[in-house]
Amino acid sequence: MKRFLLSCFLALLLMTSGRAQDGFVTALPGLGASFGETASAVEKLGASGDPRGLSVLKALQDGTLLRTGDGRILLGQGNGAVDAATGAAAPADGAEPVRLNNRVRSALRSALGQLQLLSPDATERAAAADAVFRSASAENIRLIDTALARETVPAIKEKLRLALAAAQLAGPEAEAKRQAITTLGHAGSTEAREILLKAKAADAALAAPIDVALTEIDRSLAYRRAAETFVQGLSLGSVLLLAALGLAITFGVMGVINMAHGEFVMLGAYATFLVQEALRGTPFAPWALPLAIPAAFLITAAIGALLERGFIRHLYGRPLETLLMTFGVGMVLQQAIRLGFGAQNREVISPPWMQGTLLLPGGIAMTQNRLWIILFGILVFLLVVAAIRFTRLGLEMRAVVQNRRIAATMGIRTGRVDALTFAFGSGLAGLAGVALSQIDNVSPNLGTGYIIDSFMVVVFGGVGSLFGTLVGALTLGIINKVLEPYAGAVLAKVFVLVAIMLFIQRRPRGLFALKGRAAEA
Amino acid sequence: MTPAETPTPERGTARLAFRLLLMAAILSLAMLPVLNQLPVDSALHVSDFIVSIGGKWITYAVLALAIDLAWGYAGILSLGHGAFFALGGYAMGMHLMRLIGTRGVYGHPVLPDFMVFLGYKELPWYWLGFEYLPYAMLMAMVVPGLLALIIGFLAFRSRITGVYLSIITQAMTYALMLAFFRNDMGFGGNNGFTDFKELLGMPLQTANARAVLYYASLALLLVSLLLCWRITASKLGRVLVAIRDAESRVRFLGYDVTQHKLFVFVLSAMIAGLAGALYVPQVGIINPGEFSPGNSIEAVIWVAVGGRGSLIGAILGAFSVNALKTWLTTVAPDLWLFALGGLFVAVTLFLPRGLIGLFRGEKRA
Repeated sequence: MKRFLLSCFLALLLMTSGRAQDGFVTALPGLGASFGETASAVEKLGASGDPRGLSVLKALQDGTLLRTGDGRILLGQGNGAVDAATGAAAPADGAEPVRLNNRVRSALRSALGQLQLLSPDATERAAAADAVFRSASAENIRLIDTALARETVPAIKEKLRLALAAAQLAGPEAEAKRQAITTLGHAGSTEAREILLKAKAADAALAAPIDVALTEIDRSLAYRRAAETFVQGLSLGSVLLLAALGLAITFGVMGVINMAHGEFVMLGAYATFLVQEALRGTPFAPWALPLAIPAAFLITAAIGALLERGFIRHLYGRPLETLLMTFGVGMVLQQAIRLGFGAQNREVISPPWMQGTLLLPGGIAMTQNRLWIILFGILVFLLVVAAIRFTRLGLEMRAVVQNRRIAATMGIRTGRVDALTFAFGSGLAGLAGVALSQIDNVSPNLGTGYIIDSFMVVVFGGVGSLFGTLVGALTLGIINKVLEPYAGAVLAKVFVLVAIMLFIQRRPRGLFALKGRAAEA
Repeated sequence: MTPAETPTPERGTARLAFRLLLMAAILSLAMLPVLNQLPVDSALHVSDFIVSIGGKWITYAVLALAIDLAWGYAGILSLGHGAFFALGGYAMGMHLMRLIGTRGVYGHPVLPDFMVFLGYKELPWYWLGFEYLPYAMLMAMVVPGLLALIIGFLAFRSRITGVYLSIITQAMTYALMLAFFRNDMGFGGNNGFTDFKELLGMPLQTANARAVLYYASLALLLVSLLLCWRITASKLGRVLVAIRDAESRVRFLGYDVTQHKLFVFVLSAMIAGLAGALYVPQVGIINPGEFSPGNSIEAVIWVAVGGRGSLIGAILGAFSVNALKTWLTTVAPDLWLFALGGLFVAVTLFLPRGLIGLFRGEKRA
């Protein structure tokens, strides 16, 4: 059965191409005769659907199509030439390039579109479908019908249906027009909107159905814009979440204010860069980024543990001094990196599976690396919550936060817990650095741009509440992106800062405030 | 009444020595521009560089004093005092821009160059009046004062204290920096104000103008020092210290903590604004970079190094850290940020009372 269908299909193909071949050969001599004849020959070639017509038309477009004195058409190739009809090599002596005028050019454009519609290459077909759609010309109806019958890729089929609708709208049949208007209304694109507006101006009788379709398009466009803003906000929010999670541990849970947190983020990004350089040229090179995740975590966690044991623990209970001290540490780290790596940006390459743009359903575009960062942010958040809730260290951490002295009497080594908690928070900053290396410049002052925002996230969400940090980060990210089109990126930031200050008036302890004794600590 | 305040003979002499030292320091500061007028080959000649940098440092010292009043006495660690300083500087900058007149590149009689460049047709309303120096000086106090009043009112009313207040003030100066970078704010955007020509009819590049600005800064320093002294020695000052050490207890004793803190915060912002106003003509430029959070926190470290809770300490800190900065940035520019970062760490860990604590030999933090 399958074989039978296949042979039928092949027979059909042979038949169509056999018929087309005649059209192709008879059309050729018209090229270059006069502008009018050239144009009609181009149209015939377009209608023939013959793949050889494509190379002829492309040569015409590039100015390499030649016509000899006795009316043969040659395809110029470097110094020599090929006879377009027979495919045999032919001398190009005395051949003149076929000239174009505007009429030929427009015929050429639509003919190229027509031929490409039938091309074996899927991307070429998709582009051609878009071009035919934009031309919205009734002459294409039959061609699109043929292409639709042959097309197997659903996405291109969808494009062709729209193209058909656009062509029918320009065509003579009233019923087809009405259907076309509905189809275009469902399309929800700005191009469909323009085509409909043009049709409305041309034919007042269609105004009523077109208006219905237009409102439908406007509504779906608005939805899409909102969805896109939402996705962008989510992406910014997940970046903020990653940067703020470490702070939520060190500042939120431990109550230690670490102004060097931004520098830990920066160190994480440099660790990613170092891993990439170390693996350059080895078979592991494409996996540099996943391998950088543990490396960045361990490096920043180790530095964090050193900082806590060496300095911060002497300042417990003196938050203002801790703030100044850690700021100084951040300064030293930043300057050390600047001297070690130079002040210029370092490039961290995205692995191939993170490049490119993803088209979400509904036509929402999103770069792959943003999507990965959102996933990474959610994953890290879940891991942190799980670590605090289900691990031994998490339990001890909570115990020490709730009542240090009783925890100590229960045999918990509070000093060790402090160091590990701080190391954990710092390691999370390192993870944020890995993520940021994909979307921001890896430079010594990478962290300074995020530190204030991260603190705002923690304060807004509620100090000590991881869930608050999640909600705070995503809310701030989305608010920022919603405001941006109206106010510009900078003013949006200013608005958000002012809004947070006002918000803290109403809820000084943030969105998700700790209640009871822990809140007074 | 603490036992330390009963005058013992040793303490009396120490105080006398301290006062003499202070007098000598003020006198020698006052002498600098005079010595600058001596012939260059004289042994006592002081170079132009010293005078101009001295004037700059004095305005820094005033800023340090303002921070110390809020932090050292009332426990308000503002990481946004650089914003008050910069706002004062912008007020003066606007006055200086107006005085350029037709000497600008475009030669417009009213509009500063950047406004002509950006296609302004007339002066924005908030620029009106800045051609008068007294008005500009008033604004250099009023604008930072108002901002401090609003931020302080919102923060102190909801009992935002400690590091939360620090972060909010830091966010404030950060937001202002972003805002002032914008061209359509009408403050020169990225480039700020520069190419000033004259002040009070004196061309700014002359020794005469330098000396006048120097003495004005010194006068501002002395007046603010006396004012802060009066405040900290009064009952008000004692309440402030009590708020610093046990805010809730003071509140329960019936004092209006919010008002006390608001008063000292606003006053401190106004002093910082005036310092900024005198700073700008001496350095000849003001741009949004002055709002950067790093500037504010650097000023805080002057106070920490000198000794917070001591007015003289704040001034001492501003001078010594800036002396170190000037020296290191010429000798080994790469090391300066290490040194500054190291200062933050060393002072908080080992010198909680700052340099002045060393002199006083106090042990307790």
